[in-house]
Amino acid sequence: MTTTPTPVIRTRGLTRHFTRHHQTVEAVRGLDLEVADGELVAFLGPNGAGKSTTLRMLTTLIPPTSGTAEVAGHDVVREHRDVRRSIGYVGQGNAAGHQQRGRDEVVSQARSFGLGRAAAAARADELLEAFDLTEHAMRPVSTLSGGQRRRLDVAIGLVHAPRLMFLDEPSTGLDPQNRVNLQEQVQRLNREVGTTIVMTTHYLEEADAIADRVIVIDHGLVIADDTASRLKSALGDLVSLGFGSAADAAAGAARAERVNGASVELRGSDLVIRVAHGRDLAPGLVADLAAAGTPATRLEVAGPTLDDVFLDLTGRSLRETGADTTTEGAAA
Amino acid sequence: MTTLTRTPVQPSAPEAPSAPGFVADTWNVMVRELRPVFREPASVLFAMVQPLVFLGLFAPLLPDVGDGSALQWFVPGIVAMTALMGASFTGASLMQEITSGSHERLLVSPLSRSSLLVGRALKEVVPMLMQTVIIVAVVTPFSFELHPLGILVGAAVLSLFSIGIGSLSFALALAAKDQDWMFWTVQQTLIFPLLLLAGVLLPLEGAPRWLQVASDLNPLTYVVEAERALFAGDLPADTVAYGFLAAALTAALGLVVGLKAMRGSS
Repeated sequence: MTTTPTPVIRTRGLTRHFTRHHQTVEAVRGLDLEVADGELVAFLGPNGAGKSTTLRMLTTLIPPTSGTAEVAGHDVVREHRDVRRSIGYVGQGNAAGHQQRGRDEVVSQARSFGLGRAAAAARADELLEAFDLTEHAMRPVSTLSGGQRRRLDVAIGLVHAPRLMFLDEPSTGLDPQNRVNLQEQVQRLNREVGTTIVMTTHYLEEADAIADRVIVIDHGLVIADDTASRLKSALGDLVSLGFGSAADAAAGAARAERVNGASVELRGSDLVIRVAHGRDLAPGLVADLAAAGTPATRLEVAGPTLDDVFLDLTGRSLRETGADTTTEGAAA
Repeated sequence: MTTLTRTPVQPSAPEAPSAPGFVADTWNVMVRELRPVFREPASVLFAMVQPLVFLGLFAPLLPDVGDGSALQWFVPGIVAMTALMGASFTGASLMQEITSGSHERLLVSPLSRSSLLVGRALKEVVPMLMQTVIIVAVVTPFSFELHPLGILVGAAVLSLFSIGIGSLSFALALAAKDQDWMFWTVQQTLIFPLLLLAGVLLPLEGAPRWLQVASDLNPLTYVVEAERALFAGDLPADTVAYGFLAAALTAALGLVVGLKAMRGSS
């Protein structure tokens, strides 16, 4: 799925170092990445993993230390102006100046893409209408709510109808309802308009819910790259069984070990089995155990989450590392 | 609470006919910067608080000099002081944009780095002119002789000076990023020595030699001398030429430093 004749994004050995307190920090290490036209890709990883640094290189904000990146057919260093004309960008902060009025900012952005006065005004009004901002358009941005500002950010990013849109942690700081609304909008942009979307997030649910393809990044490296469902099914379901005694549990473990590809863990009178298609295998296993005289007294089957995937890949939970306060944006 | 959108966003933006050039970009940036100024004109008073305090509470202490009132001598310096204050504060607005994220959006837009700096720097002329008009209007009823042509030429000198100081202020903001204290420390540390060494408050005629030398190296000294001559209705070619030259050098230095800072901005 990652190899197409003309990828929208192609990086080779993309690397970025920062020097902080006389120490070199390797924020992104030799990234080889291809994104095809029309994909909706989420970079998932904890804060400081290198997601935003990658995005900042792809959007020409910072040059790579080494390696190359082509975005929309243009080199991000040599042809940065062409890249900027081709992409839409929604950063972590607000696109509109807080001293400005919303509509003025959309018009100004449209003018920077070469739209004439009338065309820029028409496009601004169209976007403000689409994002339900018309009645707030003449207010200073500083008086808008967080959700309104975020909609304005996306409207500004779409002013030139880019075929490729970057969003850096778009839903951070939004309340749950505004977050879902934003995710829906991003998904519709991808599905109905065909815009290629590349976004970063440290929300597992967000990546899981909307992305076609999840690229898990940790310590500046890609550690997984697939659809969310395949990443999860590769890991398998978690089957937990309870028994009347530790001896029964041990007998159950011996039986479960014979299941192909199962990883079995005995915890006293409990048995925890990680296995692909666990939900399909569980009824047979329970019946077998009953027939063998060591019946299970409790059964629980949990589908894998992306957090389980991350835990499996790194030995750490993304939920815990996500609370890490270091921000890579500050390093740029 | 509103839903995010009522309708999906149509990609109906017309293909941009051609990439705007440097002049169009610079105009776009300048107009954008001027909008808050025109919407809240009173904001230009912020930079005038200190100069007006000096005008009200310090100028009356000055003795009249031989050929004119103390006010006639003092006002041009205060006008220059206001220009310096206003232009040196201006980086604070950029710092705010760096913190909020709108500067980053402009960096990813097709606007060139040079237009982002030059458009901002050129805008400094407008609040400076507004401030000059206010000061002249305030002092004209008192013992101050109005020489419109001189003031006009003086404003031209100050325009160049403001562009230079404004650019340096933007460069300082870009260097400080979101560390406000660094910006204000540097700005406050530089501003009063510049003012005192230019003889804005008191003449430097009787000053010790080292102070004279420092004053001679200060571009503001020449700007203030030119303003005093021009506001008095004189047009001494060499003083005015030196004033223009000092202001132009300030502008050139500011633009070089400012452009370098803007190109390195991420």
